[in-house]
Amino acid sequence: MDFGFTINAPRAIYLDKIDPTLRDRIIARERTTLLCIGCGSCTATCTAGQFTPFSLRKVQHLIRRGEYAAAKEAVQNCMMCGKCRMTCPRGVNTRAVVHTLLQEL
Amino acid sequence: MTQEKILVIGGGIAGLQAAAALRDEGFEPLIIEKESSTGGHVSRWDRLFPTQKQAREVIEELTAATAGIESVTDREIVSLTPEADRVTATTTTGERFTGRAAVVATGFDLFDARLKEEYGYGLYENVITSAELEAMFRAGRVTMKNGDTPKRVAILHCVGSRDEKVGQNHCSKVCCITGIKQAIELTEAIPGVQVMNFYMDLRAFGNGYEELYRRSQIENGVTYIRGRISEAGETHEKRIQLKVEDTLVGRPLRLTVDLLVLLVGMRAPQCCGSFGLPTQANGFFAPRDPYTGNVQSTVPGIYLAGTATGPKTIGETVNEAVAVARRIRMDLGK
Repeated sequence: MDFGFTINAPRAIYLDKIDPTLRDRIIARERTTLLCIGCGSCTATCTAGQFTPFSLRKVQHLIRRGEYAAAKEAVQNCMMCGKCRMTCPRGVNTRAVVHTLLQEL
Repeated sequence: MTQEKILVIGGGIAGLQAAAALRDEGFEPLIIEKESSTGGHVSRWDRLFPTQKQAREVIEELTAATAGIESVTDREIVSLTPEADRVTATTTTGERFTGRAAVVATGFDLFDARLKEEYGYGLYENVITSAELEAMFRAGRVTMKNGDTPKRVAILHCVGSRDEKVGQNHCSKVCCITGIKQAIELTEAIPGVQVMNFYMDLRAFGNGYEELYRRSQIENGVTYIRGRISEAGETHEKRIQLKVEDTLVGRPLRLTVDLLVLLVGMRAPQCCGSFGLPTQANGFFAPRDPYTGNVQSTVPGIYLAGTATGPKTIGETVNEAVAVARRIRMDLGK
């Protein structure tokens, strides 16, 4: 029976319940991901980001919060042009981060 | 001729350095301290940003520099009376001290974290302040109330700073870098501990601060989450449950930690309202001019040094304390 109502799934991320294995493996492989300060330079310069919702800044944060599925979907949009690496003020090896994500996720 | 006496109100690092510099300028300083010993907040700290120098070393250096200078303790000044060529300071018990001029080096109070009820300080046993964490570092052991070693610690920035709700619109300036320093020290003290800093903006403004921030991320693996914790609750096992928005992900977060550290800011002490001197919007004493008159009040004969005029680092405080002695020498023209 359709009453015209739906129930939204809770939006909160429960950090106590995430499985950190994958996150820790990604960090171990490309530790410079830890240096991200969320400035958004990578996303602003991103070619793929002009046409898709891809944001490497956001993907890196999603990984840190254990949101692997959303990160996996997003990272497929990357075209590996490497502009983000040239613009990152913190020296995150963004291309290596994407490579690692494509292999690990 | 006899030396001119200068009252130094407050025996923290500003007062100690001011007294030492005043003696060098040929004056006879008198330090008036409200507590039973000099040294102020710094004497209760463990290590200092950004180099992790022992706070004790700063106190020892300033104490040595003030050797032989007259000081009185357990005297809290409540009013200052300037006259033509002298200033009289009166204590809570009515005792009076008179000098040619006075340096107000009364510092700050730590923000009372109980005013931010939503964080449960004073209610939940594993919610502590940054000052209490320093005491644990000094004791050489960081534990939860029950003696267990914490595995996950949250550090919350801006408690009593940048918060209209508690009448503290100002930035306390030193807490960001203190949070970074304490996060590093937690990872050094407790192998494998997970430390998360919750911040609104990270203001690593000083020499070496940004470098320390970077080091905390890449070497110590400290996590920084942009978002202000909205509330804390206690679980049945006395752990602390947090609600916060991860504003960079755009999703609410829920997590449980073993210890919540509140980075308490600087609040103007009561004397800022009772000395009869003009104050700024943040409650601290107003300097005569924020560019060229930082160590003078608007009242002739009354001078200011250190955090009496607002949040400052140790280096800035000590510099002002040297400057105030020189300023007094220039003004008294001798």
